[in-house]
Amino acid sequence: MTSLPSAPPARKLGLVIDLDTCVGCHACAVNCKEWNTGGHSAPLTDTDAYGMNPSGVWFNRIHSFEAGDGPAGRTVNFPRSCLHCDEADCVTVCPTGASYKRTEDGIVLVNPDTCIGCKLCSWACPYGAREYDEDEGVMKKCTLCVDRIENQNLPEEDRVPACVSTCPAHARHFGDLADPASAVSKLVAERGGFDLMPELGYRPVNKYLPPRPRAVLPAAPAAEAQEPGLPGFLGWVDRILSR
Amino acid sequence: MHPSTSVIFFTVASGAGYGLLAALALLAVIGLIVPGGGLPLLGLLLALGLITAGLLSSTLHLGHPERAWRAFSQWRSSWLSREGVASVATYLPAVLLAALFVRADVPRGLVVAVAVLAFAGAVATVVCTAMIYRSLKPIGAWHNRHTVPGYLIIGAATGFAVAYALFAGTGSSAAWVAGIGAIVALSAGFLQKRAYWRFLDTEDGPASPESATGLGGIGRVRLLDPPHTGPNFVMREMGYAVARRHAEALRRIVLVAGFVVPAWAIALGLGLAGGLAVGLGTVAAVSALLGAVVERWLFFAEARHTAMLYYGATRS
Amino acid sequence: MERLDPSPPVSDEVKCTTCYMCACRCGIRVHIQDGQVRYIEGNRDHPVNRGVLCAKGSAGIMQHLSPARLRKPLRRVGPRGSGEFEEIEWEEALGLAHSWLAEIRGRDPTRLAFFTGRDQSQALTGWWAQAYGTPNFAAHGGFCSVNMAAAGLYTFGGSFWEFGEADFERTKLFLMFGVAEDHDSNPIKIGLARLKERGATFVSVNPVRTGYSSIADEWVPVRPGTDGALVLALIHELLRARRIDLDFLAAYTNAPWLLIEDPGGAEHGLFARDGEGKPLVADAAGALHPWDAAGVTPSLTAAVTLPDGRRAKPAFVLMAETYLDEKYSAEAASAVTGIAASRIRALAARIAEVAFEQTITVETPWTDWRGVRHKRFVGRPVSFHAMRGISAHANGFQTCRALHVLQMLLGAVDCPGAWRYKSPYPRPTPPPIRPGGKLGETGPNAPLPRPPLGFPMGPDDLLVDAKGRALRIDKAYSWDAPVAAHGLMHLVIRNAWAGDPYKVDLLFMYMANMAWNSAMNSAGTVRMLTDTNEDGSYRIPRIIYADAYASETVAYADLVLPDTTYLERYDAISLLDRPIGNAEGPGDAIRHPVVKPDRDVRPFQDVLLDLGARLGLPGMVREDGSPRFPGGYADYITNHERGPGIGPLAGWRGADGSKHGKGEPNPEQLARYIENGGFWKMHLPDDALFMKFANKAYLDHAVAMGFMGSAAPIVLQLYVEPLQRFRLAAMGHGAKQPPDHLRARIIACLDPLPVWYPPFEGAALPEAAFPLHAVTQRPAAMYHSWGSQNAWLRQIHGENRLYINRGTATALGIADDDWVHVTSHHGRITVQVKLMEGVEPSTVWTWNAIGKRAGAWALDPRAPEAMRGFLLNHLISEHLPEADGGGGHLNSDPVTGQAAWYDLRVRVEKATLAPEATEPHLPPLKRPPGVTTPTGPLRFGAAFGRSPENRKPRP
Ligand SMILES: Nc1nc2c(c(=O)[nH]1)N[C@H]1C(S)=C(S)[C@@H](COP(=O)(O)OP(=O)(O)OC[C@H]3O[C@@H](n4cnc5c(=O)[nH]c(N)nc54)[C@H](O)[C@@H]3O)O[C@H]1N2
Ligand SMILES: Nc1nc2c(c(=O)[nH]1)N[C@H]1C(S)=C(S)[C@@H](COP(=O)(O)OP(=O)(O)OC[C@H]3O[C@@H](n4cnc5c(=O)[nH]c(N)nc54)[C@H](O)[C@@H]3O)O[C@H]1N2
Ligand code: SF4
Ligand code: SF4
Ligand code: SF4
Ligand code: SF4
Ligand code: SF4
Ligand SMILES: [Mo]
Repeated sequence: MTSLPSAPPARKLGLVIDLDTCVGCHACAVNCKEWNTGGHSAPLTDTDAYGMNPSGVWFNRIHSFEAGDGPAGRTVNFPRSCLHCDEADCVTVCPTGASYKRTEDGIVLVNPDTCIGCKLCSWACPYGAREYDEDEGVMKKCTLCVDRIENQNLPEEDRVPACVSTCPAHARHFGDLADPASAVSKLVAERGGFDLMPELGYRPVNKYLPPRPRAVLPAAPAAEAQEPGLPGFLGWVDRILSR
Repeated sequence: MHPSTSVIFFTVASGAGYGLLAALALLAVIGLIVPGGGLPLLGLLLALGLITAGLLSSTLHLGHPERAWRAFSQWRSSWLSREGVASVATYLPAVLLAALFVRADVPRGLVVAVAVLAFAGAVATVVCTAMIYRSLKPIGAWHNRHTVPGYLIIGAATGFAVAYALFAGTGSSAAWVAGIGAIVALSAGFLQKRAYWRFLDTEDGPASPESATGLGGIGRVRLLDPPHTGPNFVMREMGYAVARRHAEALRRIVLVAGFVVPAWAIALGLGLAGGLAVGLGTVAAVSALLGAVVERWLFFAEARHTAMLYYGATRS
Repeated sequence: MERLDPSPPVSDEVKCTTCYMCACRCGIRVHIQDGQVRYIEGNRDHPVNRGVLCAKGSAGIMQHLSPARLRKPLRRVGPRGSGEFEEIEWEEALGLAHSWLAEIRGRDPTRLAFFTGRDQSQALTGWWAQAYGTPNFAAHGGFCSVNMAAAGLYTFGGSFWEFGEADFERTKLFLMFGVAEDHDSNPIKIGLARLKERGATFVSVNPVRTGYSSIADEWVPVRPGTDGALVLALIHELLRARRIDLDFLAAYTNAPWLLIEDPGGAEHGLFARDGEGKPLVADAAGALHPWDAAGVTPSLTAAVTLPDGRRAKPAFVLMAETYLDEKYSAEAASAVTGIAASRIRALAARIAEVAFEQTITVETPWTDWRGVRHKRFVGRPVSFHAMRGISAHANGFQTCRALHVLQMLLGAVDCPGAWRYKSPYPRPTPPPIRPGGKLGETGPNAPLPRPPLGFPMGPDDLLVDAKGRALRIDKAYSWDAPVAAHGLMHLVIRNAWAGDPYKVDLLFMYMANMAWNSAMNSAGTVRMLTDTNEDGSYRIPRIIYADAYASETVAYADLVLPDTTYLERYDAISLLDRPIGNAEGPGDAIRHPVVKPDRDVRPFQDVLLDLGARLGLPGMVREDGSPRFPGGYADYITNHERGPGIGPLAGWRGADGSKHGKGEPNPEQLARYIENGGFWKMHLPDDALFMKFANKAYLDHAVAMGFMGSAAPIVLQLYVEPLQRFRLAAMGHGAKQPPDHLRARIIACLDPLPVWYPPFEGAALPEAAFPLHAVTQRPAAMYHSWGSQNAWLRQIHGENRLYINRGTATALGIADDDWVHVTSHHGRITVQVKLMEGVEPSTVWTWNAIGKRAGAWALDPRAPEAMRGFLLNHLISEHLPEADGGGGHLNSDPVTGQAAWYDLRVRVEKATLAPEATEPHLPPLKRPPGVTTPTGPLRFGAAFGRSPENRKPRP
């Protein structure tokens, strides 16, 4: 179903990624791969796995950037997966309907059984979030762990995406971004969560939280005006200890 | 963008095929070619051949060619789907026209009606093809007003050049009209491509590393480490980069081989007939097609995708 | 529209065990479907990782299924290094190993060198070595972080390394020195996230701004090897500003203990003691008392005359005299460290402000060891953590000590918000174990009287002969490395090859890739392993190696004992070794087989116990000579007792499983662990949670649990007296004295108060010739060499670059992606660079252990790891440059023998030609029998997918 939902989805499930705490450890990327290679889009094929050009299907990839120069400069680790855009051209360009956005929660999925592997959706995605499985000849992508988040076979607290539950730095949050009262919406509001490439108009559901401004060290107070040298110091010690 | 042979072949061949179909349909409407003649029929078959070869090549590059039929379903939103529908729809008048040309005793009204439909189908299909690219926002080189005219003009230029080559030996009015049509299209192509490249060289891309990461507020953004040390699908597909020097040379080849040479050859041939004209016509057609191939290669190779901003590209 | 099942079944069953993709020991839940591992996730209930799992842990499936797994015991048939092996049966392999081991033990057990890696069964392997009778045993600690372990254990009976953690829940200012990843991989990340959530400040002192440092509020780009100067300047500033916790120092540290002032005397700088040997303190009136006498308020300043007429002053006074000197000013430190003096002062001010003005309390009354009741715990919420950025330098012990002294001055030790001990620490300073293997303590068929590794208190505890020469093959506990608490694994192969101090007959190694990334001078090490005597025999006559995978080292063994993977065996993460306790209480854990091996492999611990039984080693056989633990390692874990009631596991002891800590063996113990998710965890009583070194409730608890022999308090050692004993010997006192070439160094470096001295390698080289420092970092997603066989992880780190500061590179005419020659005093490598901003300008760095020997690890010999990956190890020598004057000096810390990896100095020059591969490129290794490189796509998971019938690959 290639057309986007006619009315905005009632729920907009998505991720909020905190660039202030992400240490770039790749845990989310590997756990994602591990879960999803046996899940909805199984397998996440690897080619030349032990050879000269190992490559594979990953739904989540961790980049790191340097922003700014000099003392203001920072290193920012940057996880990137599908953003489940509201205006998802990856869906509308799809000639087969294999790519679709769910009306109930806005998740963008590919049906691997009907995809013809034309790759057009990958061209339409500005974020490079689509992953072609050369071996299977179909397009795959982050499913927002659609086979986890409502999976009755999992305990309630595990019904979040694999990348979220595994992130050791708690830099990933999952929830309903259509609901202003949800924890994720509040986080976005408090921390100034932003869209990637807003100028392209895809209106991503996933948001990124910016690195916090740095705490600046206080200007150093001069050492207290006390008698200088060791005798002065020891005198102070005695005074304090005989309080 | 990675210039894939199958897509280049597909767009050039089908563009030329539809151009030729359009040229023949036009000649048929004006009445310069009539059913029964060998050459028009040959031309129509050639057009159908080019179109079919192009479509086949585009289908074979799919991950699942056996599911290609599914691609007709999403014409409401997808230009690729629309292209599929349009191309299949165009087969009807095109094949019918060819069938009509087998025999001489066909009512002219019918020929005109079918030719008009074939012409419209050809134009519509090429527009759809162009719109596939035109609609892709992440690719600034395509998402602009040059793409559709570019496809139409090159389709016309190559189609009419082939049509001229077909009729050149006859020295007939059909040759004249095809030849002049080709010269017009080739000249337009020359101007259009130059305008496009000027646009490409001056336009900022749709996004920047700063907007792609949202970190512009801190300062200039540079990639430190890519996610993986080896290339992946996105990098292979979108990460093609052609050196400036090469691009310049190739652009000159496009202008000379694609437009100047064929236009001159046709201009020389016009008014001639026989072997020399056929020779010049063939030179024109082959040169135009080669130029189109190079043009198409550049169309992909010079196009940058915003996704590469995440892999170290400094502009999109 | 797709029909989608939102609730597919996840797996048939879940088994809880412990991860071993690294040494962090996280709890995992392994989902098994159709008898295969389908998914591994973190165990929410587990105290270490609390549900999270890192990249390596998540890739465990690919480690478990690695094509590099060894399949059967191997006997070398070609020359060493040729990779020519034949597969043999276990009986033959064990028979062979036994015959070699038995012959040596009957002749001279010291001719066996038994060295293990990061195996987490050192309680077993050390015990085995002791029973065998060789002092030549150690694990990886000597090249890893013994500087941290020793500095901590000698100072306060815990350490940054493994035995302590920051109070992430309460701290307000957290300073991290030289940490990229650490053993507490997940806990640190969880902790940093908690800091951020609470708005606390995180300062990272590190030449490189990646990983943890990238999220720090303050990044302090220190020049490598100069942290000691930085920390001592902080101390100077705090003293100058009178911002120290005098009450804490007087009550809990040895700051008031009196030091004999008798320059030139044999006891100069030792504590003045009473007749019972108790250190003395003076009260304000100058009267002497044993330090622990009831009702005495010790003075920190009173200098006194001892009854014998010698002068004495509190250690505190010596400390103040020392560090108030302008030599330790921020300006002086700035010139060394590259950090602006104003920034150092600001840091000191911030530390003081948080420690003294933002104190926190935990409202639990507690009683100290003197019986004084306190209404609450008062916290100084400044915490520190440090690891190899400090320890992998030749001044690492002292730098770590400096940090500990800083903690003591702030009173920020084990209080709320500070660095805290992980239970079962603290232990006495240092733990009361002395190394076994002194002269006369070894002999044919005799066990050692004590474990091979321990904590010397002075020259008497060294393992040296009458002439002062080392008794251990690695020279641990010799004058080269007197406090080598973890041995010097990085010297074993070199020394065995050189016969220095003697030759060994058998080198027995387990789980350490000594022919590659854990060696200094890797290419040289390979040559030593294959070098022959004139008669053609090998200089190292025999090598047995136990590995689970086709690593580089396998090729150099004569006999290869193939181990299982971590999902196929029992392991004990024991209180006797490196347990999983944290500040809230002790804990330990197990691994147990969750899947069966599909190969003819055996758990190494089973094999070791089997060999022990065949050799008839004490404790491993019954009276009748039959094996004591016929059930293998599981049997040992359950039934072995180290002391009465104390075994490898502390949980569910006693016949009915009702006892914890101490108790008779419980036959059902392992079952109880498995029921409980694979681990045991105990929460300390609330009044025992802090100030454990002096907290009566804690000390009593520790005795009851068997962690300590007595409830004596642990006095924090501002001044480490045992070091002074070594110095006095170097000054010419006592029967055991160092060789002359080491005297000056011992006097300078074994200072009982922390000192900073420039790292040796740099000091021995002309600055202009080797202007840059070269260090490595752990990548979070890769574990040393063993991650490269992992189909998933190797995509993340398949090759490495040399990272260099953009400005520095530009000045050298080097651009991004250029190839460069990197030259040290020892060797040269040719590699590709990556320019970056966030690195201290005189530092270059790369990821550790990504480079692979071609042909190893079942990878294609032209794999990127071999073609574009590289090791810095080729540049690092076991010895210091000759220029130092003492060519024989080890490239190691002079206190502990810790390998000084990060003292490496280099120059970088642009290479004119890009080579086909990084250099040196050693010839490819042949794959051992049974190991092949799979080709074709890896479709792992296809069988588990939602609708497998639709997942068939295209025709
Ligand atoms: N340049 C440089 N060199 C360094 C360091 C550095 O920072 N820079 N760091 C040093 C430090 S701290 C360390 S600890 C060392 C680490 O170096 P190593 O201890 O050599 O670490 P690994 O490469 O992980 O190799 C361990 C071996 O254990 C094997 N192994 C893995 N799992 C199992 C198993 O289940 N059973 C058995 N029997 N074997 C197994 C692997 O196959 C491998 O051969 O490197 C040191 N070398
Ligand atoms: N993912 C992963 N985790 C691991 C391991 C692994 O291989 N991979 N290995 C495990 C092992 S065996 C060990 S020993 C631990 C080690 O854990 P870490 O101590 O984190 O070890 P390194 O990666 O050596 O990190 C050293 C850090 O110190 C910095 N540094 C170097 N020189 C200096 C200096 O002079 N001063 C300061 N302030 N910083 C300096 C380096 O830039 C680097 O960031 O990690 C363990 N955990
Ligand atoms: S797991 Fe968390 S910290 Fe690690 S890379 Fe992913 S988002 Fe960042
Ligand atoms: S991120 Fe890309 S793939 Fe995902 S919804 Fe947006 S456009 Fe589509
Ligand atoms: S690759 Fe598949 S999902 Fe993507 S546009 Fe083509 S048919 Fe649709
Ligand atoms: S939501 Fe699920 S599929 Fe998407 S990146 Fe996270 S783990 Fe992967
Ligand atoms: S840190 Fe990662 S690899 Fe290490 S034990 Fe924990 S989960 Fe396993
Ligand atoms: Mo280590």
